[in-house]
Amino acid sequence: MRLRLNAAMLGLIVPVALAHPGPLLADETVRIAYIDPLSGPLAETGQLGEQHFRFAIDRVNASGAAGPGRHFELVALDNEVSPEKSLALLRKAVDDGVHYVTQGNGSAVAFALVAAIDKNNKRDPDKSVVFLNYAAVDPGLTNDKCSFWHFRFDADSDMKMKALSDYIVSQADIHKVYIFNPDYSFGVSVQKAAEKLLTDRRPDLKIVGEDRVPLGKVKDFTPYIAKFQAAGADAVVTGNWGQDIELLTKAAADSGYKGRFFTYYIGDQVTVAAAGPGAVGDVQVATWSDNVPGIDDIADAFQARFHRAFYYWNVVNEIDTLAAAIKQADSTDPLKVAKAMSGMKRQTPLGVSDMRADDHQMIQPLYVSQLEPNLPHVFPDSKLGFKTVATIPADQTRMATSCKMEAP
Amino acid sequence: MSLTLAPILFNGLVFGLLLFMLSSGLTLIFGMMGVLNLSHASFYMLGAYLAYTISVGLGFWVGLVVAPVLVGLIGAVVQRYGLRAVHRYGHMAELLFTFALALVIGEVVPLIWGRNPVRYQVPHVLDFPLFQLGGTDIPAYRVFMMAVSLGMFVALFTALARTRLGLVVRAALTHPDMVSMLGHDVPRVFTSVFGAGCALAGLAGVIGGNAFTTQPGMAASLGGIVFAVVVMGGLGSIWGAFVASVLIGLLQTASISLDLPFGRLLGLPPAGSDGLLADLWSLTVARAAPAVPYLLLVLVLAFRPRGLFGSRNA
Repeated sequence: MRLRLNAAMLGLIVPVALAHPGPLLADETVRIAYIDPLSGPLAETGQLGEQHFRFAIDRVNASGAAGPGRHFELVALDNEVSPEKSLALLRKAVDDGVHYVTQGNGSAVAFALVAAIDKNNKRDPDKSVVFLNYAAVDPGLTNDKCSFWHFRFDADSDMKMKALSDYIVSQADIHKVYIFNPDYSFGVSVQKAAEKLLTDRRPDLKIVGEDRVPLGKVKDFTPYIAKFQAAGADAVVTGNWGQDIELLTKAAADSGYKGRFFTYYIGDQVTVAAAGPGAVGDVQVATWSDNVPGIDDIADAFQARFHRAFYYWNVVNEIDTLAAAIKQADSTDPLKVAKAMSGMKRQTPLGVSDMRADDHQMIQPLYVSQLEPNLPHVFPDSKLGFKTVATIPADQTRMATSCKMEAP
Repeated sequence: MSLTLAPILFNGLVFGLLLFMLSSGLTLIFGMMGVLNLSHASFYMLGAYLAYTISVGLGFWVGLVVAPVLVGLIGAVVQRYGLRAVHRYGHMAELLFTFALALVIGEVVPLIWGRNPVRYQVPHVLDFPLFQLGGTDIPAYRVFMMAVSLGMFVALFTALARTRLGLVVRAALTHPDMVSMLGHDVPRVFTSVFGAGCALAGLAGVIGGNAFTTQPGMAASLGGIVFAVVVMGGLGSIWGAFVASVLIGLLQTASISLDLPFGRLLGLPPAGSDGLLADLWSLTVARAAPAVPYLLLVLVLAFRPRGLFGSRNA
């Protein structure tokens, strides 16, 4: 009985599989599922990312960088930064035949996606999915929880903290540092890295306080600002993002807090505007910021289309790399593309981008930049712009990895 | 410590008074309907969004007056044509109606204003530091918020306790049949109380929306805490809502500033350096701050189920 049932099921499955012999048409569409918050308190960040993807995809489609007849198409899906919701969306995307997924907001989501994609690709190789990560920077994703199918285009939080802490140590007027982060895996990583890299560097440099807050939940940051002031902190190191960093800097401006913020994500136009003129001296570490020369044409085209400042260089880099890998493999098959992408070195306007084969972490230059007036590019509201104060060459950002991935 | 305590107390008081503005309307409506209005925080959101729209064209001060009135009118219409119609099907129907209303408002607002936060700004004349408290600048707008909340508390209390209108309202809440016999239009009193309660929530939205953020999630993020206030204060009690609001506001803000591990706070011995127990021991009060209102609610319900000032047994 059971045997006959299985045979019957096979009879159903085989013709379907055979009826799918692969691309015969000249035109081929590569769909990329974008799974990020498009509603809720962190929607602004997710929508900013979506605009960047639409922009980057149109560039690649216009130039035919993925090879003749190949077009990219974005499928935007709203996960409300919930890992559970993201898994449901991933399942839906896989069922719809999507082979490329991208996400960036929230490492907790990224961890869930990596685990689910690994399982999916093992169980059903024909429906394999490649995970392109443009901004989830928990080091675990390229260390103990790494996967052959996961590629990160942003620098991880340890690489960024190394650059940020070196700059903090070089600032002789900073003596007391407060470490302030969102309360999930990424925030814990930032806190640990900051503790490690700021302790015992300079005798007069001390960590005077540490806090973590629930992501996207706090409406009023003034009590935390009061804590910074009470601790006498002249610098705050923070990995907060989206609405959190916006409200934090706004509360700092309202409370007349004089200390400087050393951040991962102050660089979005909306956040800089909220921070106001008091944001002079606030610092961000990123793979690009305004006034880093090389991609002015890209930034200007983005500004002209969406009327806001270009922010995610990683997104353009990611889509360009995917297109290059598809062209090199001359296939849109996820396994072939992933193999082409692993270890791929590409010349970009900002230098060589190297997708390290060991852990699929993009190795690229990092920039520490500081908000100051009187620069070629400034943000419209506050008239402040990012001045590059430190450039870390790609090779110096390299870190050891514990990743042991297996290619299928 | 005393230097840093002052701004904490101030911020806690401002937050607490804002909570009171929301919960006073809710508790009044409960006294009247005998049912929690689950859509109450949605009227708070409506107030903020309407005030934003009005402030773009006509300025903040017009919005401050007009937006709560509009929200009150919407509330009155909802009561007159919605709640009154489902009233005869009992409390469960009323409760479900307000629940559905919260969902509807939650979907309609992003349809009209979008899913992104809107740029609802603090008015320019109030956008400056008024004075310093323990080394922290206190923005003039916070003081203004506090003044509006206190003014509202005094006005509401006087209106209910000292005027003839208040007498009728209080009587209608407890003895509707008798008041009706005496020739007062009780259903209309109920409609106006519901409208007034919604207008208060709207007013809270008008002055809270720009101090925090005006975005589609704002109703959901305050909804829970407002219910905690009303239940803790005693359902239907204005005085209770006031005490509970200020208590929660102060406690939540103060616990943010308390970097004391729970273990030491409770006088427990350290539980090793690793594992779940150690993590719990070293969890600071500050980290648990968002849970403080609910912990307090559980405590109050455990020892005094009717709430601090409640008259009826739950």
